Amino acid sequence: MQFKKTTSPYLHNNANVSRVMLRVLFALIPGTLIYSYFFGWSIILNIMLACFTALASEALMLSWRQRPVMFYLRDNSAIVTAWLLALALPTLAPWWLIVIATLFAIVIAKHLYGGLGYNPFNPAMVGYVVVMISFPQYMTQWLLPHENLDFAQSLQWLLKGELSGSMTIDSITSATAIDSIKTGLSLNQSFADISNSPLFGYLGGAAWEWIAAGFLAGGLWLLYMRIISWQIPLGMLLSISVISGIFYVVDPQYYSDPLFQLFSGGTMLAAFFIATDPVSASTTPRGKIIYAAGIGALTYIIRTWGGYPDGIAFAVLLMNMAVPTIDYYTQPRIFGARGK
Amino acid sequence: MSPSTHKLYKFPGGLRLPGHKELSTSQAIGESFIPSHLVLPLQQHIGEPSEAVVRKGERVLKGQVIAGANGYVSVPLHAPTSGTITEIIEHAVPHPSGLAADCIILEPDYKDEWCTLDAPEDYLQMDPSALRNRIREAGIVGLGGAGFPSFIKLNPGSKTAIDELILNAAECEPYISCDDMIMRERALEVIQGTQIMQHALRAKRCLIGIEDNKRAAYKALQSALSTLNIDTIEIIVIPTIYPTGGEKQLIKVLTGKESPSHGLPLDIGVVCHNVATAAAVYQAVTFNKPLISRIVTLTGHGIKKPGNHEVLIGTPVDEWIRHCGDYHNEIHQLVMGGPMMGFTLGTDQLPIIKTTNCILALTLEETTLSDQQPMPCIRCGACMEVCPVSLLPQQLYWQAYARELDKIQDYNLFDCIECGCCSYVCPSQIPLVQYYRFAKTEIWAQEREKNKSDQARLRHEFRLERLEKEKLEREERMRKKKAALKASKDPQEKDGKKDAIEAALARVREKQQQKTIERKNVDNLNAEAQKKIDEIEERRKRQQDTSTGEQTKTTSQD
Repeated sequence: MQFKKTTSPYLHNNANVSRVMLRVLFALIPGTLIYSYFFGWSIILNIMLACFTALASEALMLSWRQRPVMFYLRDNSAIVTAWLLALALPTLAPWWLIVIATLFAIVIAKHLYGGLGYNPFNPAMVGYVVVMISFPQYMTQWLLPHENLDFAQSLQWLLKGELSGSMTIDSITSATAIDSIKTGLSLNQSFADISNSPLFGYLGGAAWEWIAAGFLAGGLWLLYMRIISWQIPLGMLLSISVISGIFYVVDPQYYSDPLFQLFSGGTMLAAFFIATDPVSASTTPRGKIIYAAGIGALTYIIRTWGGYPDGIAFAVLLMNMAVPTIDYYTQPRIFGARGK
Repeated sequence: MSPSTHKLYKFPGGLRLPGHKELSTSQAIGESFIPSHLVLPLQQHIGEPSEAVVRKGERVLKGQVIAGANGYVSVPLHAPTSGTITEIIEHAVPHPSGLAADCIILEPDYKDEWCTLDAPEDYLQMDPSALRNRIREAGIVGLGGAGFPSFIKLNPGSKTAIDELILNAAECEPYISCDDMIMRERALEVIQGTQIMQHALRAKRCLIGIEDNKRAAYKALQSALSTLNIDTIEIIVIPTIYPTGGEKQLIKVLTGKESPSHGLPLDIGVVCHNVATAAAVYQAVTFNKPLISRIVTLTGHGIKKPGNHEVLIGTPVDEWIRHCGDYHNEIHQLVMGGPMMGFTLGTDQLPIIKTTNCILALTLEETTLSDQQPMPCIRCGACMEVCPVSLLPQQLYWQAYARELDKIQDYNLFDCIECGCCSYVCPSQIPLVQYYRFAKTEIWAQEREKNKSDQARLRHEFRLERLEKEKLEREERMRKKKAALKASKDPQEKDGKKDAIEAALARVREKQQQKTIERKNVDNLNAEAQKKIDEIEERRKRQQDTSTGEQTKTTSQD
């Protein structure tokens, strides 16, 4: 009898990229639902718009690059990028802003570098930074806590850019809690005074602390499922806590406490979902810690002293650049190698 | 199992794999049978192939040497049963390459008549070197799969003291259960063989490492120890983690010692043998019986009656499988060895050889590897987490993909043991190990090529040197002859002729001095080659000087 010849191993644990990405999407659900609970339908619509744009542009790029379109569309990676991007952009970002950011993420940051697996930068963060630099005025349109838009209102805003009734964009949006600290401090208010504003909740930004908790839960599940490795979330959260802790101890009047840093802005989302993007992150065990700690440190620096409301995107991209160097210098000691 | 008090260590990475061992362990080891013909490859071990010492048409007896060892790293081959040598030809052999090799074909006469075996001696009275020779003469090689001649691994050399003899009873690959069964049924042989090995090595202590999924085998070994009343051998239960059965991994787990990256366990005072090898050593030393059969696992969902059987070396796989109840279901692939490190057979018309521990008939559902085209690497690092050598498999993959054969060695390609853990977990289902094998073969080929061209260059240089030397010698002879001729002639004429000869010689000398050998292929020489050339030039010059000197001398004698 004749048999087919291939090389070993002949067993596989059945893991595939598509399922890995799908699990990341599952893990995003709790945080996203809480987000929607506090701020209404807009975020759901934004995610859908971003996903549609991402899939369409991915399909187009794949066919231009003469790659099997359906084969790669099924890997779910474009949906993950789009979903994360939609979560990162302001709730009331205009539709074209979302589309531009997504197009940039998929077309420029992903496919022009060679597609899945070849992009040196986190695509979602590239898309975010492009619109952040190009259209800064729209990047602060965050809904006030408890300003919950219903489905019709959200759809109307997304399609027509109009708000119904007496609502105006200025009356229902504001800067984020992190941003308001910077403004407050420049007006010589103390952190304690600033944090009395309704923008602040128990630990972090009002409502946002719950959303962060949702992402934390999803992230812990990813850890449990071994989709992500512990080094990156722990490295990033620890580095933010330690650095903000030092400044808080030195001057609690002026600096926010570590818990506020952890539960405000996109810290949790970044630690578990963005910094952990395997393609653009460091791959060695020690390298991952350095990479994540770097993101944490840069995030705190940009948040506290920089000119942008939240520094995560820049921090991630800067550390993406450092990945090849980090990886090179943090190769593990191989079995049986002399010395340590 | 009783908790072991022995301290265990961990090696990096590793996997918990579904065992599938129960498939083949439910029945006792099956008896061997004599097939219609036996195909005996001359190379069934690592090293030089043995040399046939029988002729076509010759009748041989069971246990008779039919091929002798050829060189140090080689062992003899014996007739598994009595019969006639029908042919010595190239036949397909079980090898990943699928190529054919020289084989002796034996047609059994079904008398199964033994040759006269030497009377056994008490091994305790035997010198270790005599003991090793006995083991070599019995044709014993590592039965765990690698097939390195065992007598060499029982020779630590005069300088090395062996701290531990480790017996590998891990059998970590899924499906395979031949070691498990040999321990269950022939524990006394295994233990006694181990004692012999320990004696040959003068090892201080002996550890048997057995995975915790082989409860029955552990009990059998323990009771063999108490039956024989032995306290120098310790049986240690270790966790079932693939690839614990890798030599270096097992040594780490049992002793905490790491064999050096480019070295041998011997370098750290450890020698590792397989349990089945120990049983074969026992047979060889106690009864003088050569290795003519072994226990092989026949398993997989493509086999009607999976189990373990004693099989004569050289038994064709197809005939054996038919004898054992045939295939059933649709066979996707036929594997020799385990599903992680074995290799597929293109056909079943191949013999069982000394290193065959398992024949695995996998159905499509069993090979969980999909036929899907691999996705790009997403650098998730799952491979790195399971690598038992702490390599960076994804980096190795990138370098192999880009054919960066120098850089890939910076990432320690040659430390890869090809265990397949990385491929097993890769979510992009990239056949990673295949890339590493490819890179290794490419590098080996390059090195061979380089050696070849180095040799060619040296040969060319030697040739030039030789030609030059010959030419000089010829001229010298000619000159002497002429001079002698002249001396015998009229002294009157001499002067005129002498002048002419002098002038001609001067011309020759001048020419010789001017002439340099035309240099070829001297671009991009490395330092070593350049040095060699310089030496040659130097020698050449010296020769020329001396010969010119001689010329002057002889001329002045005239």
